Amino acid sequence: MLFYAFAGAAVIGSLLVVTQKNPVYSVLALIASFFGLSGLYVLLEAPFVAVVQIIIYAGAIMVLFLFVVMLLNVPREDAAEWDRAHPLYRPMAVRIGGALALLLALELAWALSRTAGLGGGVADQHPAVSSVAELGRVLFTDYMFAFEVTSILILIAMVGAVILAKKKEE
Amino acid sequence: MAEIIAWVTSPMFIAYATLVGVVFMALQISAAVMVYAERKVAAFMQQRLGPTRVGPQGLLQPIADIVKLFFKEELRPKAADAFLFSLAPIISVTTAFLAFAPVPFGAATTFFGLLPEPMALMIADVNVAVLVIFAVASMGVYGIVLAGWASNSKYSLLGGLRSSAQMISYELAYGMSLATIVMFAGSMSLREIVDLQQGYWLGFIPKWYIFIQPVAFFVFACAGIAETNRAPFDFPEAEQELVAGYHTEYSSMRFAMFFMAEYINMVTVSAVAVNLFMGGWHGPFIPVEYGWIWFLIKLAFLLFCYLWLRWTLPRFRYDQLMSFGWKVLLPLATVNLLLTAAGVLYFGL
Repeated sequence: MLFYAFAGAAVIGSLLVVTQKNPVYSVLALIASFFGLSGLYVLLEAPFVAVVQIIIYAGAIMVLFLFVVMLLNVPREDAAEWDRAHPLYRPMAVRIGGALALLLALELAWALSRTAGLGGGVADQHPAVSSVAELGRVLFTDYMFAFEVTSILILIAMVGAVILAKKKEE
Repeated sequence: MAEIIAWVTSPMFIAYATLVGVVFMALQISAAVMVYAERKVAAFMQQRLGPTRVGPQGLLQPIADIVKLFFKEELRPKAADAFLFSLAPIISVTTAFLAFAPVPFGAATTFFGLLPEPMALMIADVNVAVLVIFAVASMGVYGIVLAGWASNSKYSLLGGLRSSAQMISYELAYGMSLATIVMFAGSMSLREIVDLQQGYWLGFIPKWYIFIQPVAFFVFACAGIAETNRAPFDFPEAEQELVAGYHTEYSSMRFAMFFMAEYINMVTVSAVAVNLFMGGWHGPFIPVEYGWIWFLIKLAFLLFCYLWLRWTLPRFRYDQLMSFGWKVLLPLATVNLLLTAAGVLYFGL
């Protein structure tokens, strides 16, 4: 029951992200969708992941998204105007988009056909995710390499952003 | 159906439902009390009398204020985004209430044997309570940003942007100080953290984390004040520059919702500080069943400090605020975190 409520929130939120004309509403719909996802994590007995999802995605990343959207003052998307401006690109975009959507649907069908036999929450299969201490231990032992590489990647991105944002000295 | 009725009428369910109602009402009333306290303390510090006319000692002043706010006209700028303009105060006040949910305020009690099993005096006993509070606090910024943007007014927008920049900057230091305590206590549950602070050193110094982690407390206090947008970090509503900041265009109850959110956030930050650093409901002379009395005393003291600071310190300049947050508070919190980690590892605390 709760699963359908959260899953519904996530799906409707995601749909609103692409169908909204005003980019600010799209950002808000994405946040709502993240809340749905976070609820699903709670149902999977992974409260830590759920809270981290909110802190990082909804609390930090989306605030920056909202900032950028507001500061750039992106105008409402006007489909008719867009069509007039690029008469040639539209059919191509539709074709590529259609192909990608089909690919995604096939992948989903394939994934669903393989998970049919699985059951139970994540916690049943991997007890690690449900406890913070276990999660930390696993991250710093089994997944040490991936964890450190990711942190270096983020550090590089951060340094790069600082260099790009820095004004050139005259 | 029968099970549902049995469950709903069980003493524990009624007790918890009552608790939720009591906390909800108490938070609303605390906002009213804080308005009165704010006026009286301000008056005391400026050698004035403050409100005296409504009720004895002006005690009914908050009620007069609330009635006034109810009957004021609700205004909305023509160019405002109608939906987001009404959503923003709702987000603010909801996150303010929500943040208090995982905060415990007393030891488990049976209410003199009224209940079959002891009930924890908190609404949601989550094992990652510290993180939940942090997550909900980081949601509060949306109310302010959206209010600033949806009002379609330059003062509101500037106030909203300043506030979100400030909250994002101070959230890092806030999180670091929380992480220090979590690491030191080895638990993310506020209830367990409070219980770890029982007892005394040398027989008289209470085992409060404020004495072992004064740096973490300092960082938490600064970041907490900045998160709640209070002086000396009250940029979002710097009157001289921004009229009233993000709520310039709001009036009547929508304005009151922002105001209430601000006061409830103060209460929540103070309550979290009491739990993390000042031993929660533990204290001398009062038996632990009545620990909530100690909790309220400590809470009141911290809230008074809020007001005291507001009327003592002048407001920072915006660039000072940013450089203080990024260049002083964050490195301080990080070094403290690393030292604590080394200490916990070395001494196996």
